[in-house]
Amino acid sequence: MERVAVVDSGLCNVDSVLRALAQCGARPFLAHDAADLKTADRVVLPGVGAFDAAMEQLDHAGLIEALTETVVQEGVPFLGICLGMQLLARRSDEGGTGAGLGWIDGDVVRIEPEPGERVPHIGWNSLDPVRESPLLGGIPAGTDFYFVHSYHLRCDSDSDVIGTTPFGGGVVAAIARPPIYGVQFHPEKSQRHGLALLRNFLAVTA
Amino acid sequence: MLKTRIIPTLLYRDFGLVKGIGFDAKRAIGSPLQAIKVYELRDVDELVFLDVRASIEGRGPDFALIDDLADECFMPFTAGGGVRTVDDVRGLLRVGADKVSINSALIERPGLVSEAAGQFGSQCIVASIDTRTRADGVTTVWTHAGTVDTGLDPEELAQRVEQEGAGEILLTSADADGTLAGYDLHTLARVSAAVRVPVIASGGAGRPEDFVAALDAGASAVAAAAMFHFTEQTPLEARRHIGAAGYPIRT
Repeated sequence: MERVAVVDSGLCNVDSVLRALAQCGARPFLAHDAADLKTADRVVLPGVGAFDAAMEQLDHAGLIEALTETVVQEGVPFLGICLGMQLLARRSDEGGTGAGLGWIDGDVVRIEPEPGERVPHIGWNSLDPVRESPLLGGIPAGTDFYFVHSYHLRCDSDSDVIGTTPFGGGVVAAIARPPIYGVQFHPEKSQRHGLALLRNFLAVTA
Repeated sequence: MLKTRIIPTLLYRDFGLVKGIGFDAKRAIGSPLQAIKVYELRDVDELVFLDVRASIEGRGPDFALIDDLADECFMPFTAGGGVRTVDDVRGLLRVGADKVSINSALIERPGLVSEAAGQFGSQCIVASIDTRTRADGVTTVWTHAGTVDTGLDPEELAQRVEQEGAGEILLTSADADGTLAGYDLHTLARVSAAVRVPVIASGGAGRPEDFVAALDAGASAVAAAAMFHFTEQTPLEARRHIGAAGYPIRT
């Protein structure tokens, strides 16, 4: 059974993520510090919260170096959810300094709504795959997932993007640079297709 | 394409769900856990759960209760009732709420919305605005489960809380609530035009046509309670009706 460290940034809906992972047959646990990450087969960084506040929490808990060591150096599969995906960027427009983890070449910017759209982008919207990835295996193109966000990740390179969603001229909805994965939507709140995506993540090999 | 959300509202009081008319919360309609399980099976778009007596009774949120409910809830979930501090918001998010609804404290605690949005992001702060139309014909904002007239204009309050960082407005007509006679479309249209964040229409839906009228008036999402509790209508049928009217829906 996969031991999944769910990083506690102190801000977010960790419970829903823990429950969804358990439902998918994993053994999730809350990771508060570097030592907790050592025992993990996989790492999930969930996300509700403002960018700067979340980075501060991670820094405070000594988790920035620990995450980089575990994921980037040791290659433990990682899934960032919503803000947890945005934190992988170099920086964000949300908040003050806005420095991110910098694992993915890209910046987080506010969504520019198109006519008729309102920000935050809240609700069910379709995921259009743009690249094959085991994370999206078995999930039909155009499947609706639940989004709730005002900012989005803009990647320098299309090669990191595996799925987009039609809003604000197109937002990055899913990224993959194995062993790093990220989704802008909330799989833990997206009913059966969300659980299918989490099961896919539990099966990806680093 | 972003789909139109149909949101069942669950009102909680004294160990059970209730639903009344005009906010009187008279009829007991069963266990919240049961209701959530049913909506879960039906792939509902989102749920709103409000502990309607909390502010009147001077209580904070019942975190243990919300935690229990969230355990059964694999769909998006807004929790509210008695939210007065940033710690209340944090506590609700931690036990599994995706968004937190703030009502009486919008007025009583200036600064709460901006502080909470700064910590947790605008996307999870729902400003819940209740309105009534007074005898003089003026529609104003009411708090404490529709018992206290603040004298404020709903449009102005909506703009103020949007500026403070609220990510969404749950606009409820306390007069229309439970009547099944349709939304207060006039106020809905005014508020929707005044802000750029999504507005959820609430209070008065009785037929699927009411949903379409609310969307035509500018709402981004529609909420209903009595209609789903007391009539034959289900969120699924409502979804079909909205789809037939040309609004995008989940299939």
